[in-house]
Amino acid sequence: MSLFINITLDGVTQGMIFAALALALVLIFRATRVINFAQGAMAMLTTFIASTLLDRGLNYWWAFVAALAIGFVLGALVQMVLIRPLEGKPDLNPVIVTIGLVIVLEGVAGAVYGNSSRGFPAAFSQSGLVVGGTRIAFSHFDVFILVAVLLLMAANLVLFRATTLGLRMRASAFAREVSRLLGVRVGRLLTLGWGLAGLVGALAGLLIAPTSAFGPYFMDLDLIYAFTAAVIGGLESPVGALVGGLVTGLCISYVGGYLGSGLEPLGALVLLMVTLMARPQGIFSRPSARVV
Amino acid sequence: MAPADVARYQVSPETGKPLRPRPWWGRARFPRQPLARHLVLALLGAVVLYFVTSALSPYNNVLVGEIALYLIALAGLSLLTGTTGQISLGQGAFMAVGAYTVALLMTHTHMNFVLELLAAIGAAATLGLLVGISATRLKGPYLAGATLLLALALPPIADKWSTTFGGDQGLTTIVPTAPGGINPEEWLAWIELAGALITLVLLANLLTSRFGRSFRAVRDNEVAASLSGVHVARTKVTAFAVSAGCAGLAGAFLGLSTGVVSTGEFPLTLSIELLAAMVLAGAGSLFGMWWGAILLVYVPQWSTSVSGDFGLGAGTSAYLATIIFGVVLIVVMIAAPSGIQGGLRWLWEHVSKQWSISRDERAAPRHATHFPPSAADHQPNLVHDPLNE
Repeated sequence: MSLFINITLDGVTQGMIFAALALALVLIFRATRVINFAQGAMAMLTTFIASTLLDRGLNYWWAFVAALAIGFVLGALVQMVLIRPLEGKPDLNPVIVTIGLVIVLEGVAGAVYGNSSRGFPAAFSQSGLVVGGTRIAFSHFDVFILVAVLLLMAANLVLFRATTLGLRMRASAFAREVSRLLGVRVGRLLTLGWGLAGLVGALAGLLIAPTSAFGPYFMDLDLIYAFTAAVIGGLESPVGALVGGLVTGLCISYVGGYLGSGLEPLGALVLLMVTLMARPQGIFSRPSARVV
Repeated sequence: MAPADVARYQVSPETGKPLRPRPWWGRARFPRQPLARHLVLALLGAVVLYFVTSALSPYNNVLVGEIALYLIALAGLSLLTGTTGQISLGQGAFMAVGAYTVALLMTHTHMNFVLELLAAIGAAATLGLLVGISATRLKGPYLAGATLLLALALPPIADKWSTTFGGDQGLTTIVPTAPGGINPEEWLAWIELAGALITLVLLANLLTSRFGRSFRAVRDNEVAASLSGVHVARTKVTAFAVSAGCAGLAGAFLGLSTGVVSTGEFPLTLSIELLAAMVLAGAGSLFGMWWGAILLVYVPQWSTSVSGDFGLGAGTSAYLATIIFGVVLIVVMIAAPSGIQGGLRWLWEHVSKQWSISRDERAAPRHATHFPPSAADHQPNLVHDPLNE
């Protein structure tokens, strides 16, 4: 029973991180209809920069904020330089460009920092809390992850539901030409969307790094779990990303805990396939009619 | 209209059809029938490759063999992505299936070598069929994600059941012994080149057939294709299975060429680099995949020697190759999506146009050129209007 509880708690924590990364994918997909396969690699790079800053003796929280800011700038830059020229081209082109970006970023990180995995500090203690005399697999840092991701989701909800900026962003994603006619600076808002996604991704990287083998390729699997989460959630809805993240996190945790570690990607593959077979549009989005 | 262009569009006085300038090679023609044409090309290629491999050192023959095996995997991927419009990041996973099939058969049975290769193709194609069936409902980015997950999910299975699959050490493969007098590297290169040529001929024929037209129709517009009677789902599944079968053969050859089949040889980067090389070479082209395979084999070699010149460490040089690949991939995708082969084709058309224009000018002196008679002179009733008749 305690094994089950620990695995579940671990799944929830992982799921929260996947939800954050999935939110980044959703932000970009909603704005530009592109799945950013480089989201994980971008987060890897910002985390490496944070790690370098920490090595130079910077305070943890300043490095944290710096990583988020760099994530924002990186996301915006990628949209302006790489994605904008591909507007109106076939769907496959941005996919291939973001994959090219993965190759470049992982290569640069490998060349600069080496392939060996290194440690990344956590903001709070990582030893499990003691509840009723037993130590459970839930630490202060896990509480921080939970709070940070929930705050992020809340901030996202407020931005898109309660502010004019969020309304403009939704409008420019929903009907680009009409928004443009109404005076919305669509181009800038798309860049802003990518920037925000870069920031959210950077946060996910900072949260994942302490509990994984932190090296150039450490986000590969997490990205694909986040993709699974985003697809389960329907790729359109932030709430869907949260639920999808939790489902994916729990599924992976159970597969890893009961069937053996190493089989987690297979579990995610089955989950993704079942979702796509049963409900290709995801759980949290309305089916769109196909125009013939 | 420039006089040179006028010369190009003269029409025949008898038939009214435009005259085509006679090509510079005169009346000699390639066979029209696709199978015959592809076979002639493959035979020519085989002769050239025979002389090339005989002249090369054993080490270079190993590299030629690697080019051949990557060519097979790339040709399948080109058919899937370039011709049918489905993206796959899981080509490395299908290669792993082919490699493990051959290695397992070699460990446990004493089958004929060719049968083992066919079994590798069959196993990979079967998995491709299964993935393809689920992939028919997926579009662009979804399919990319699902196949990416496949490439990540398959190798750990071999680690998990390590007694069957050999774990970290992997399984050993044996290249069939070469007939007397031929060194083993050359023999393996020949086997791989033969596999590559046969694959290219079969794929080229498939692409000129009804299936090829269905592939392109599905890529260009699924709704229009199904309205014209193309079974979209079946076409997509076929393309997936064929592409996976190619990857299976390539994987089997990779296992033979390295002598050991282990999970470390099929990392995610293999799948990604295959996709990158396919795009660089020119998606949709078969012949262009030679460029992609050459890049896959020689860029790492070249970057090692370059970083040696600049005094960089061995660790850095491995990354230099991937960085170059990534940067070139992005630039090509944004600036010239048709890749190397597309660029060469453009160049060839440009040059041959210039060539034939200057030839026409020599054949027909300028003062003799005249505008072609307008269509109205010969065919007053171009549009048959039943009400006026």
